Parts: sequence; C-alpha cells; structure tokens
Amino acid sequence: MIPQFLTIQNAISFEESKIPVLERDVWHQAILENCSVGKTRIVALFAEKKNEGLIRLYCILGNDGRKLLHIGATDIAGPNYRYPCLTNQLPEAHRFERELFEEFAVLPEGHPWLKPVRKQNGTSFYKLGGEQIHEVAVGPVHAGIIEPGHFRFQCYGEKVLHLEIQLGYQHRGVEALMVKSDPLRQAVLAESIAGDTTIGHGMAYCHAIEGLSERSITPQRSQSLRAIALELERLSNHAGDLGALASDVGFLPSAAYFGRLRGEFLNILMELTGNRYGRSFVRPGGVSLDITAEMVRDFKKQLSTALTEMKDLAELFFSASSVLSRLEQTGILKQNVARELGIVGMTARASNLLRDVRQDYPTGIYRIHKINPVKMITGDVYARAKIRSLESKRSLQFIQERLDALPHDKIAQPCGPLKKQSMIVSLIEGWRGEIAHVALTHSQGEIRRYKIVDPSFHNWMALSVVMQNGQISDFPLCNKSFNFSYAGHDL
Amino acid sequence: MWDILKNRWKQGYRTIDFPSKVEMPERFREATLKDGEPKLTKALDAKIQKLFGRSLKLRVVTAGSCNGCDLELQALNNVVFDLSRFGIQFVASPRHADGLVITGPVSRNMELALKKTYDAVPDPKIVIAVGACAISGGPFEGSPAVLNGADKVVPVDLYIPGCPPHPLIILDGLLQLLGRIEKRKGS
Repeated sequence: MIPQFLTIQNAISFEESKIPVLERDVWHQAILENCSVGKTRIVALFAEKKNEGLIRLYCILGNDGRKLLHIGATDIAGPNYRYPCLTNQLPEAHRFERELFEEFAVLPEGHPWLKPVRKQNGTSFYKLGGEQIHEVAVGPVHAGIIEPGHFRFQCYGEKVLHLEIQLGYQHRGVEALMVKSDPLRQAVLAESIAGDTTIGHGMAYCHAIEGLSERSITPQRSQSLRAIALELERLSNHAGDLGALASDVGFLPSAAYFGRLRGEFLNILMELTGNRYGRSFVRPGGVSLDITAEMVRDFKKQLSTALTEMKDLAELFFSASSVLSRLEQTGILKQNVARELGIVGMTARASNLLRDVRQDYPTGIYRIHKINPVKMITGDVYARAKIRSLESKRSLQFIQERLDALPHDKIAQPCGPLKKQSMIVSLIEGWRGEIAHVALTHSQGEIRRYKIVDPSFHNWMALSVVMQNGQISDFPLCNKSFNFSYAGHDL
Repeated sequence: MWDILKNRWKQGYRTIDFPSKVEMPERFREATLKDGEPKLTKALDAKIQKLFGRSLKLRVVTAGSCNGCDLELQALNNVVFDLSRFGIQFVASPRHADGLVITGPVSRNMELALKKTYDAVPDPKIVIAVGACAISGGPFEGSPAVLNGADKVVPVDLYIPGCPPHPLIILDGLLQLLGRIEKRKGS
C-alpha cells in the first residue's frame, strides 16, 4: 500500500477528482521509496497540459506481488517546468523522463542525459576514444525486411563495448491522433500501433472504452473469443520468432517448419476474424464476428495437430547441440538488471522475473480462467527461445479449453456514452508484455488525453545492456531473441 | 528427427499454387466494399517487362508502417508462398535492386532516408506501395508527423491495397505488373 497514492484496478474507471494531487517533493519521494524496494515498478509516467503555465504529471505504479495498481499526480508550474529527476535512483524511469522533456519541455533536474526519444535533430551519440576503437553504424534502412532504427556500436575488435539505439523513425503521432479522431477511427488507430500486436492493442483500447462508458456489459462469449484471438496472436508470433532464431543460427529445418507453423496460426486467426492479424475483430462492446460450431470443431482439429508439431519441432530445435552452443550463455539479462530497467513481459519472465498481466491484473475471461505463466532462470537467448515454446504450449491448451466451453450469449452489446471527468488504466498482456493504455475524459465525456505504453518502451534498453561486452556477430541473435517493436515504441 | 521427416512425408508438398480464382467466404462478404470493381493493375510496357519480367529484385523500405505489411512481405519468403520461384527476390541493398517496395505512410523522420534509398536504386526503377498507409496515409492520414503516402515523396508505379494485404494479394499485384498473369490466362 502506498498511503499517498490512490489504489485503482485494471480496466475500472474512477473519477478524476479522486486522484491525489500531491506536493512535488512528496510525490517524488513516494515514488522513490516504493520503487527502490524493488516490489513496485513504474507502469506509466506521463504529463498533461492543464492550462497555460500548469502541467500535471501522472505516475502509475504497479505492485505485481500484491496485485495492486496505484496512481498519484503532481502539478508543476511554468514558465520553467522542472522537478527533481527520478532516473538517478530509478533507471527504469529514464525513457519516460526523456519523453517528458521532449514532448512538454518539462525538465527533470539532474537527469544524466536527456537524449531525444523520437526526434531526429539534435541527436548526439556516445563515443569512445582510443586508436583501436571503431564505430559501426547501422540503419535506419536495414538489410532485411524490418522496421527502421539506428544502431551505433562502439567496438574493440569483435567485442562490443557500447551499443546505442536511436529510434523514432516510425513516429506517426498516434497519441495526438487518438484524441482528434472519432471512435471508429480510434479503434483502427489502436490496432495500427504495432501490426503484430493488433489484438493486444485493440483489446487494451476496448477495455478502456468499455470501462469508461456509463453502461457496458461485455458479453461473456465475446470475452472468450477475444482471449482466443489474443492467444492465437501470441502463438503466431512465438512460432515466427522461433523460426527467425533458427534461421539466424543457420538451422534451416526448423526455420522453414516454424515459418509454416506461424502461417497456420495466422490462417486460423483469418478464419475467425477475416484478417490474418485480426483487424477489425475486437470492438468496444464485443467482437465483430461470431464463430460457428463447425468452426470450433475445425479449429480444435487444426490446433491439436499444431500442438504435436510444435512439440516435435521444439524437441528437434532444442536438442541440436549446434543450436544450443549458439543460444546458451549468449546475451544474458540478469534478474537484478531486468528489475532495475523495469523490463516487462516475456523478456522479464525469461530473466526469472514473474511479471504477467494475465496473472497479476487479470481482465475479461482471464479473471475466471487462469493461465499459468512460465518463467526461466538463466535470462540468455536460450531462455528467451525456450520460454516461447513453453508459453505456446500453454496458450494452445488454453485456446482448446476456451473452445470447449464457449458461453452462449451475444457477441456484442453497444456501450453507452463515456463518463465525464474520469480516468482509466487498461493493461493487457500482449505477446511481448504489458500493454498500458490510459485515457482521460473531459467534462463533455470525450477523450482529452490518451497515453499508450507499449512493452517495447520499457524493454528496448535490455538489448543495449546484453550487447555490452558481447560479440558483434551475436547481435542479430540477441535482437531476434527480444524482437522488440519499433512502431510500438515510436507511436 | 525421424518422426519429423516421417511427418513431413505424410503432409506432402506445402508450397501452394498461385490460385486461379478466389472465392470470399459468405461470412466476410458483408464487411467488404460493395460499390464497383476495383481498378486493376496494368502491366508495365514491353521494354520494362523484357528487363524485369523474369527476374525482379526488390528492396523494402519501411517508412512508418505498423509492421503488418512488412510481416506479410516476409511471409512471401516462407515455404508456403515461396516468392523466389517467380523470379522475384528481396535484396539487402538498394544498389542491388530494380525497385523499391514502400510500406507505411512515410513518417517525416523517414523522408530523407527514403529519398536517399530511392536515389541509390539504379535506373530504370519501379516503385511499389504496399498497404493502405503507403497509398494514402491510411489511419494516420492527416497526422502532422506523416506525409500521407509514398507518392508524396517518390513516383509510384503500383499500389497494392490491404491492411495488411494478404501475401497472395501482393503476389498477384507483382505478377500482374510484370504481365505474367494475363499471359497465363491467354495460353
């Protein structure tokens, strides 16, 4: 419990007037005291311009062990907006504070380096001196079919001493567009935050709208169908990543096989939703298409085949000594480092840090039907690969259970108008990790501020950290083992 | 290993043929656009067809997309769609390419990189815009951070619609551009 902060629940709205607005130093101290113990972490830290000369900072903290969310705010006055920075004691806040500085010109006093998060001009890079040090610059246009980002390696021979990642090339201004757009477009925009997490972001948006609306009963059948779609998305991405990892280590049999398996999951998702990535399926109030009994039978058959194939393939991949020698002890992310950086999702679970929204802050069908998260201890590329195959098995079983016990009510029930002057925090465990959407409404009941935190926003730093003192030739492998989203980070 | 081989043998050949006709399932028909037939791709002129018709190397530039279209382009390379059997390949450098594939609405931050990549492709070159965003900006149209489509920066020869387009739709667009589908129908 944090006495100064308000305790809230995932996807349940609350009146804005209930948020405690603290003195700047009390707010700062409360965050530091709770997070430094290591049990609480920052879920989101963002600002909103109240009026000329006044900016309100909101901080949402998550206590995963006790399954509690807290919120606290503070007002800072202009013209020189400043507050003592959190980054020096709490490294996980660094990207949030840089974002605050970039978007609102709020100065976190004492911040070590306010390097731009998304802007391209004024970027400087850390440089090492010395005759034998060489620099490798990659991007934004890469060799493969991947998103743009710029990587700067400072190397000594093959050894990487420092890696700096400059993102922002994918910046489309989603947060600002969300406020300007009508509800129809908002849903499409939410789904376009990251193309591989369409269902995850779509669900986070829908839970936010449903929670904010004055009357909303989301039918049980649609909740089940959403969960099925979310787990199918997880499966397809995990299978795809395992295939990519296999091709990165040159183990072609499973690369080709996993690539095909990914397609099977996408095709099931297409049969269910009409689109290989599930676009326009999850909508506020329910889902857009129903499933027939025939399809249920068909899906179950396809999924049980996929389960055996997945098992065989994982056995082949994880028992080949040439694969293991590349994966094991490569790119280790230690538990304490992961905790300090505020890493979430699958990456955290691979580093022995059990963080899973489906277990910690369950919503929808996950409140009733639990899915046990998996964790690995070692935190290397092997752990991040293995956790994908283990999670896939659990997801497959979960989908089959849900298909067996589909509720028989409606698939959609329209929501009422949004509550006035309210706020909501909506968390979803996408396949990468915790997706956070925060919405605030104004006195006419329309959204006035929409904040999105993709799991990649927390996690990108992990890649720089594991590359330190690693081989530059291991970079593709490490990068693929995380597979962070550029689009989700850049928004 | 033996089980997998046995399994593969049972499943047979997994690469699919390019379908001659596709029927849309009844469930989805309501949700799609009803008015009018979409404008079909015209094949490139004979001279360019002669150059690129049997071997086309493309370079993909992601310019502010959500990654959906890129995943479908990647999927074209897997065993099911096997793009290279048509003589089309994605290459690692614009200097090795005959053309560009652009996805995303072109974010302002990618404008310069896209122009430079375009300039690096040797003439004659073709440009293909894949997905709703690259055509008009898609859901991001009107955002101050994007340029509302690839044709605002470079001239585009082929638009492939979809959000994201199915790999077969991309393949269909590419083959029609190269004049290879009409030929097959005629023969």
